[in-house]
Amino acid sequence: MMTPSLPKSLVDNPRLNQWVDFSHPGRATVRSGKVEIGQGILTALRQIAAEELDLHPDQIDLVAGQTDSCPDEGFTAGSYSVSVGGASLRLACADVRRLFIQAAAARLGCPEADLSISDGTIVRGGHPTGLSYWSLRDEVSLDRAYSGEARPKEPETFRWVGHKMPRLDLPAKLSGGGFIHDLHFPDMLHARVVRQQRRGRHIVSIDERALARAAGQPIELLRDKDFLAILGTSESAVYHASKRAETAVTWEGGESLPSDFGSIAWLKSQEAIRRVHATGKPDADNVAHTISAEYSRPCLTYGSIGPSCAYAVFADGKLTVWSHTQGPAVLREWLAITLDLSPEQVTVIHAQGAGAYGHNTADDAAFDAAFIAMRRPGKTIRVLWNREDEFSSAPISPAMVMRLSADLDKQNRPLNWRTEIWSPPHVQRPGLNGNSNLLGASAIEGAPPLKPIDDLPHERGGGATRNSVPMYQLGHFELTHHMIPLTTVRTSSLRGLGTWANVFAIESFIDELAEHAGVDPARYRLDLLADDRARKVIEEVCRMSDWFGRPTEIGTGSAKGLGFARYKNIAAYVAIVAEVTVEEDVRVDQIWCAADAGLTVNPDGAENQIEGGIIQALSFSREKLPFEDGAVSARSWRDYPILRFSDIPPVQISWTGSPYDPAVGVGEASVGPTVAAVANAVARALGQRIRRLPINRETIMETLLGEG
Amino acid sequence: MKPTIEFELNGKPVTTMADPSTPLLFVLRNEFQLKGARFGCGEEQCGACMVLVDDQPVYACSREIGTLAGKAVQTIEGLVQDGSPHPVQTAFIEEQAAQCGYCTSGLIMSSVALLKRCPAPDRSAIIEALDPHLCRCGVHNRVIRAVEKAAAIMRKST
Repeated sequence: MMTPSLPKSLVDNPRLNQWVDFSHPGRATVRSGKVEIGQGILTALRQIAAEELDLHPDQIDLVAGQTDSCPDEGFTAGSYSVSVGGASLRLACADVRRLFIQAAAARLGCPEADLSISDGTIVRGGHPTGLSYWSLRDEVSLDRAYSGEARPKEPETFRWVGHKMPRLDLPAKLSGGGFIHDLHFPDMLHARVVRQQRRGRHIVSIDERALARAAGQPIELLRDKDFLAILGTSESAVYHASKRAETAVTWEGGESLPSDFGSIAWLKSQEAIRRVHATGKPDADNVAHTISAEYSRPCLTYGSIGPSCAYAVFADGKLTVWSHTQGPAVLREWLAITLDLSPEQVTVIHAQGAGAYGHNTADDAAFDAAFIAMRRPGKTIRVLWNREDEFSSAPISPAMVMRLSADLDKQNRPLNWRTEIWSPPHVQRPGLNGNSNLLGASAIEGAPPLKPIDDLPHERGGGATRNSVPMYQLGHFELTHHMIPLTTVRTSSLRGLGTWANVFAIESFIDELAEHAGVDPARYRLDLLADDRARKVIEEVCRMSDWFGRPTEIGTGSAKGLGFARYKNIAAYVAIVAEVTVEEDVRVDQIWCAADAGLTVNPDGAENQIEGGIIQALSFSREKLPFEDGAVSARSWRDYPILRFSDIPPVQISWTGSPYDPAVGVGEASVGPTVAAVANAVARALGQRIRRLPINRETIMETLLGEG
Repeated sequence: MKPTIEFELNGKPVTTMADPSTPLLFVLRNEFQLKGARFGCGEEQCGACMVLVDDQPVYACSREIGTLAGKAVQTIEGLVQDGSPHPVQTAFIEEQAAQCGYCTSGLIMSSVALLKRCPAPDRSAIIEALDPHLCRCGVHNRVIRAVEKAAAIMRKST
């Protein structure tokens, strides 16, 4: 196997005692900067540590996301938790194990090769030696840098990794606990923050008597310019007052979006930063035909079922914040900056929230709680967001236009491929572009003006441009990215950022090219793919779905469609076949999926992530965030419906990867191929292509009537 | 003096002095420290707060405590009998029918209600019972399998 360069988390946190210690008898404390966001990472990390330390998973206490003790691993995002966080932990644990074997061999005067470790006890020839991690801990200092000499285990010896393991956090969550929302502190004050709903909006008046009447029990108001919080010991009173605030607090001004915001015309007419990325040399001599098409997606929101929650207490000059943030260390830094504290005064403790599928309001809630706590020293402040605010004020996943154009040779193979993307940025988490991006921090007195915003650079995985480079063999590829520096609203990440729109566009376009060539779309793809693992997932999903056995008849109202991508062109490969029926609306009848994520640390966890991504993508393909009067108009699930049990098709998943390939992320891998497979199936069922998301009755009618 | 409201909570008689207009959810979570029912929307649209009142699924986020005098309220904490989890909880764990788990308490309570009135539900009956619930992680198929499994476990044990 190739020796890969060291994973970033280990480079940033090279000391072994940042990852592991044996201070409790019979147990290992393992620390991670990656956090649980419903994806099962804590279980996978425990499997990795157990494997490399030769411990039973039950012997491991995993501490995650505490800024005073855990490694700083940035954000838990981008499907990097296993491939970077897990890989770092694996090497650190393997190095720790090596050091203890070394020390034991020296003590026993025997070759290292004679020794092994079983549940933490050092064993020689099958017999305990009386030595263990705990008996040797005083002579093996872990206060040292990773040696580079660790040799992690090979898959054929795996005892815990690669085997199904039930999630560690579920028993608590299925019996009445487990979430940040469930923490309880004596002397706790409940709080709700009345949101601005538009950038730069100002409070005109507050009908305090109306709020008090709605509360029924004592509440107090805390105001700093346009930041308004309602506090009280009764959550019910605070909640009722916050609902009343919708009309009892009047606002004026603020930024407003144009009525055509998010439309293709709007996106293409904005002033934008234009960047070009090109590979290969254009071949103008052998062009037989040129085909172009334009695709788009609307704005979406992540729509977690649980609203954001945070706690904070300020005492003795120290601020402690509990948050379900995806970046505890980053949040700590930006809380310190925005609250004028030194980082040493701030501790962030990660506590688990509801599913995070992108930049949610966890950090905003943490600022809310911290800001209030600074003004009520000694009291623990509990902030919970209302559902309405999750819709009105959460970061928005921005609309995009993708224009694709290909020059084909006489055999209808693409020679030159050009992609143009128009989009606002896809990442504005705390600290991006030097902005706090914390909602409350922009409402208070003295809030700094927004620094110019940009998207994640293409070279670093890209935001809008993520997965815009096709995996197919092309002579020349040119990408033009029109980055729209939109500041009216805060746009940020949703599962895969630009990925799924780009995969939807590429995979729709490949189907259009296959159609032009008169070739089956699966065969057309296979002819253009040199990567064996890519070919294998497509071949496998075709086998599962009997793709070649029962070919689709175009325009019969029922059809199968195919979608394929490798996430970021470096993570998991996923191919999807969707079978749909189009009558008065689109119904997805069945999904088949073939995936290759290399080594899967917890196969059941990986499968849960892949299937969850598929179902969420089916929902994404039908979603559109509504706007009215220059702002988001959705306030409830009625305004923003997501898929329900009665909409969910059966899903079959098959794995084609090898445990000898490195473990790569799966969290975001199935979303793009799923949206693409549905679009291709609908195009074949209708005999007419829908290039504009969402794929629903309205878009189909508009397309059929020629208005699309 | 405030009136006292008496009701049954997880099999035991309890009283509360909460204002009658207080949503049941806040009474459960803050007064009785029962955290299984969760705030999701406050508008009966997501099901994260679902509990049983006289064996019927009820949205705790909007049901006022004043309407519950004399009624029997059951939350997910009340499903455990003699230290053993309810078959529906066991089946959800065995099927790993959750990702983030925020919607799961509500789903389990609706499933318990379904299996009480219909011990052998077919797939469409399960879907109908769970359709008021939203799940954003996409574990719907696992949840349906878990309810089918729970039904089988419960039939075997009776």
